[in-house]
Amino acid sequence: MNFTYTILIPIIPFIIFLFIGLMNSKIKPSLAASLGTGGMLISFILSYYTAFLYFFKSVKVDGAYQKIIAFNAEWLHFTDKLHIDMGVLLDPISVMMLIVVSTISLMVHIYSIGYMKGDDGFNRFYSFLSLFSFSMFGLVVATNIFQMYVFWELVGVSSFLLIGYYYQKPSAVAASKKAFIVTRFADMFFLIGILVLSFVTDTFDFITLTDTTGSAITQGGSILFMGMSTMTWALILIFIGGAGKSAMFPVHIWLPDAMEGPTPVSALIHAATMVVAGVYLVARLFPIFEISAPDALMVVAYVGAFSSLFAAIIATTQFDIKRVLAYSTMSQIGYMITALGVSGYGGHEGVGYMASMFHLFTHAMFKALLFLGAGAVIHAVHTNLMTEMGGLRKYLPITHITFLLACLTIAGVPPFSGFFSKDEILVAAYHHDKVIYFIQMFVAGLTAFYMFRLYFRIFWNTEPHYHHTPHEAPFSMTFPLMFLAFAAVFSGFIPFEKLVTSDGLPLDLHTEWEVAIPAISVGLIGIIIAFVFYKKESSIPDKISQNLRFFYRWAFNKFYIDELYMFVTHKIIFNGVSRPIAWFDRHVVDGTMTGIGKATEFTAKSIKGFQSGQVQKYGFVFVSSAILLAIAFIFYWFY
Amino acid sequence: MNILSLLVLVPVLTVAAILFAKDNKQTRLFSAVGMSIQLILSAILVYMYVTERQAGNMDQMLFVKDFVWFESLNFHYTVGVDGISVAMIALTSVIIFTGVFTSWEVLNLHREFFISLIILSTGVFGFFISIDLFTMFLFYEIAVIPMYLLIGIWGSGKKEYSAMKLTLMLMAGSALLMVGLLGIYMHSAPDGGPLTMNLLEIAKVKIPLDVQKFLFPFTFIGFGILGALFPFHTWSPDGHASAPTAVSMLHAGVLMKLGGYGAFRVAMYLLPDAANELSWIFLILTGLSVVYGAFGAVFQKDLKYINAYSSVSHCGLILFGILMVTKTAMTGAIIQMISHGIMTALFFALIGMIYGRTHTRMINEMGGLMKVIPFLGVAYVIGGLASLGLPGLSGFVAEMMIFVGSYQHPDVFHRTLTIIAITAIVITAVYILRVVGILLLGPIKNDHYLELKDAKWWERLPIITLILSIAAIGVAPFLLVDLIGFSLDPVVEKLLMIH
Amino acid sequence: MIENIPLQYFLIVGTLMFFIGVFGFLTRRNLITILMSVELILNSVNINFVAVNRYLYPNNLHGHFFTIFIIAIAASEAAVAIAIIINIYRKFSSINVENVSSMKN
Repeated sequence: MNFTYTILIPIIPFIIFLFIGLMNSKIKPSLAASLGTGGMLISFILSYYTAFLYFFKSVKVDGAYQKIIAFNAEWLHFTDKLHIDMGVLLDPISVMMLIVVSTISLMVHIYSIGYMKGDDGFNRFYSFLSLFSFSMFGLVVATNIFQMYVFWELVGVSSFLLIGYYYQKPSAVAASKKAFIVTRFADMFFLIGILVLSFVTDTFDFITLTDTTGSAITQGGSILFMGMSTMTWALILIFIGGAGKSAMFPVHIWLPDAMEGPTPVSALIHAATMVVAGVYLVARLFPIFEISAPDALMVVAYVGAFSSLFAAIIATTQFDIKRVLAYSTMSQIGYMITALGVSGYGGHEGVGYMASMFHLFTHAMFKALLFLGAGAVIHAVHTNLMTEMGGLRKYLPITHITFLLACLTIAGVPPFSGFFSKDEILVAAYHHDKVIYFIQMFVAGLTAFYMFRLYFRIFWNTEPHYHHTPHEAPFSMTFPLMFLAFAAVFSGFIPFEKLVTSDGLPLDLHTEWEVAIPAISVGLIGIIIAFVFYKKESSIPDKISQNLRFFYRWAFNKFYIDELYMFVTHKIIFNGVSRPIAWFDRHVVDGTMTGIGKATEFTAKSIKGFQSGQVQKYGFVFVSSAILLAIAFIFYWFY
Repeated sequence: MNILSLLVLVPVLTVAAILFAKDNKQTRLFSAVGMSIQLILSAILVYMYVTERQAGNMDQMLFVKDFVWFESLNFHYTVGVDGISVAMIALTSVIIFTGVFTSWEVLNLHREFFISLIILSTGVFGFFISIDLFTMFLFYEIAVIPMYLLIGIWGSGKKEYSAMKLTLMLMAGSALLMVGLLGIYMHSAPDGGPLTMNLLEIAKVKIPLDVQKFLFPFTFIGFGILGALFPFHTWSPDGHASAPTAVSMLHAGVLMKLGGYGAFRVAMYLLPDAANELSWIFLILTGLSVVYGAFGAVFQKDLKYINAYSSVSHCGLILFGILMVTKTAMTGAIIQMISHGIMTALFFALIGMIYGRTHTRMINEMGGLMKVIPFLGVAYVIGGLASLGLPGLSGFVAEMMIFVGSYQHPDVFHRTLTIIAITAIVITAVYILRVVGILLLGPIKNDHYLELKDAKWWERLPIITLILSIAAIGVAPFLLVDLIGFSLDPVVEKLLMIH
Repeated sequence: MIENIPLQYFLIVGTLMFFIGVFGFLTRRNLITILMSVELILNSVNINFVAVNRYLYPNNLHGHFFTIFIIAIAASEAAVAIAIIINIYRKFSSINVENVSSMKN
């Protein structure tokens, strides 16, 4: 089957980016919007078509889905074995990601028509969105790890541009800078990891790397460095890169600040697509993680579990609704990462892998929905703080219903999609590592609690005095909400275990009730607590936070991780390294050079007195030297 | 007429034409025409070179022309090019072309300014086409000397000091170089016969190891001073800060590359054994200077100083790549020369234009410029992104080739240094974003800035040219790699034969 | 008669005159005195020439020729020097060499 046309999926947004970007102020906003959305619609259709062909029409070998190289061209030649290719790799996860990216991107394009209406930089916004979509498509279809790195950087820069979209606002500028530098810091490890990996395996190519019988996997673990194999080191380094993009602890600090960007951007980049790139990266390299570096996989599992717990605790204390959602995103991504960490390769062992991808899919839908819903709310009341909201269900009926559905989905209430994906993750954890299982169970309860805290504070509770009566968003904004709500509710019924598995073979799964029932009950408990606390104005939450004052303040201030970073970057790097280097350069290195010059000048000054211009002095020197010479010669000759 | 000699002749004729120019308008018209012809010539040269190679001409140097110059000493005027020189010539002609346009409105001594500028470029072109060491050195000096006048007369700030410092340090470099070149010359014919300065002839000869070890530091440091080798880089911040815009562009863009090119073509190629033996010292120096320059840039407040330190970092990477002695890293180093040349020219052009509007170069005195001068602002951001190595722009290609190439080195020492050098990509991001954040974004700091005008056509032309070049290399790096790839083989082979 | 006076006496007188001249030339600050010292040096040379010529080669007159030559040069030199000194005096109102240093620096 010929999939060459898939190259168009990334190319179309790129052309649109160039066009809108170059014509920026010369075209009307409506044209930019329709071009952007239209182009994305084509990519959307092509993606779905590809998915249909791939999953239902393509040739399977022994019942397993094959990896198909739809297109590949050498872009940059390093050595005969190492070269960056630009191409399209189709396999279950990349096809799934195409669906996710194109769906969310299209919805966000539509949504932004209403949300960004009348904004100065409307065209700029659409060109950046197209740039992002291009980069994200390029990332998911990467045929080799270096292509992924190339697009990895590009999504990073699009994220930077979009977070700093309101570039006259200092907080947005600071946030975009922070996001870029923190992820760049992680990317540095990614790059080093790639170099180490390529040094060990002599290839960048994904198919060669992940071939379970190939030389990369079987030989890579032999060289030891500091007690672990080089392969383990390489994969841990690569994972740090993934953790940076996916906002895992401790390189998560950029994500909450990234909420300074326009809300559709948060939905697209910082909830559904770019932030799951880390998960995707681990999934992409999964066989090599699992088979030749199980230690690295354990690191992955624990980092994910810890991050999800950490973020969930912070989320319960925040008041900015977008920040709550940001921490929730971090927590949910922690889930996916953990699921990969506890998974095995192939067969029933691989349930974690499949669950992770499943959760990635459903999460993209419901989290984008939550963000877009939050955007509609913010659009209506012009504030981000939930303390200034309440009782909005009357004014925003569509937003209210869709938001409720999303909250139920994320809380894991059956039969919504979140239930299925989360349940599979818990099953995988249950069979692999009990500690992680309990952490995840606890996080599930917390998730339900903070999501419904958010829901009740926004849509119920007491109504503050609004300056303008809030009104429902236009159709361009409510349509994506409804579409995504539909996806969030029903995507749980997609037979993921048949389509997306670690080895491409379908899996037989049935709900394990001994895991599902506790999970559901924990979720319900969380919802009930939130109901009691926040349905009406209540003094209980304040009392609790008073009693746990120390811990509460700690969590409210995000465990002071930001302050720690500020200390390290500002005090140590900036003042402790950079300033001394600047000083050293000006005074020691340059001082030496100037010193040489000064020495020459000094010597010249001190001897220039001899050239006084006075004949008598010259005469004196002449005569006395002549006499001395004469005496010397006389002594020499006669004695 | 040989096309290579034309490349030297056209600037000379342009200078002659300028002498007869009646007023400022004519002067810049002549310069613009002359340099456009030069640009076209180098495009033709690239085309001719590629066709010749495709036709199967496997000579190391093409279009060779030879005239005896000093018969008694056997000095020749020998010219010839390989892919590397062709690429460097293309770079030079782009930058001198854009440089002429950015100095469209020089205030005083118009004619003399353009004459000095074009004489300088003559030297650079001559340097890149020479195969004879003596001719090469001659052109090198021609390129360095006008610098003194250009900075001392048309500069700003403490220009006399900077001009003096720059010239003296570069002269010190020349002195070291002279020792190295003469040493090589003296050993160019061990079996008797006439001594020669011809690169290709010397390359066939085996110079004794202890002689090489003596000469290598002279040659490498001599060129390295021009290539901002740590710790001999301190002329660069002061010099660039004081120089007028076009001179900064040409100097950082092309002249500093003379250092890298020379180190590669003379020091590494002619003294390969010593290069292998002694490279570790210089690898440490350059590896450190990559990080050191980047850290130095983080703390600066003057735009030109930031860019000068950034150049130290990037040029450090050039020498670093050259010293790595793998073909990939060396290709990367050559691409880095071109990429950094264009990038830094773009930066200096933009800084000049911003300075012309705001009359300050201190970043903390400016803010929010993106709103008032979007064209320059966007160009600055693109330049910044190229500098921090964004894929799709030239910096990424060069850096990745150097890093991947260096990391393929079998020695742990080299790989460790590579990792140290890689950390610079984060620091680069820090200082670039710091500048962009303070300078362009945020609220407008000064109400006067609201009246600033965006770029005029003669400002847009060079900037668009430079950005297109950056993007072209970034999007289609394979063209450049193909152009220079073949020419590296003799050098790499010669260096690897010793192992 | 003259043969009774040994050559050494002439040479001693010549040497003394020479060194007196040199001493004056080096230590005096007055241009006129310096000029006079130079004349002393020249004349000491003249004495030597004449004396040596008379004692060693009485049959030719080369020493005398030289002496006359030197006297002529000394005369013209004195004329030029005094002209310069007068000009200097007009310009600086002084003929002290230490004051005449505007060319320095």
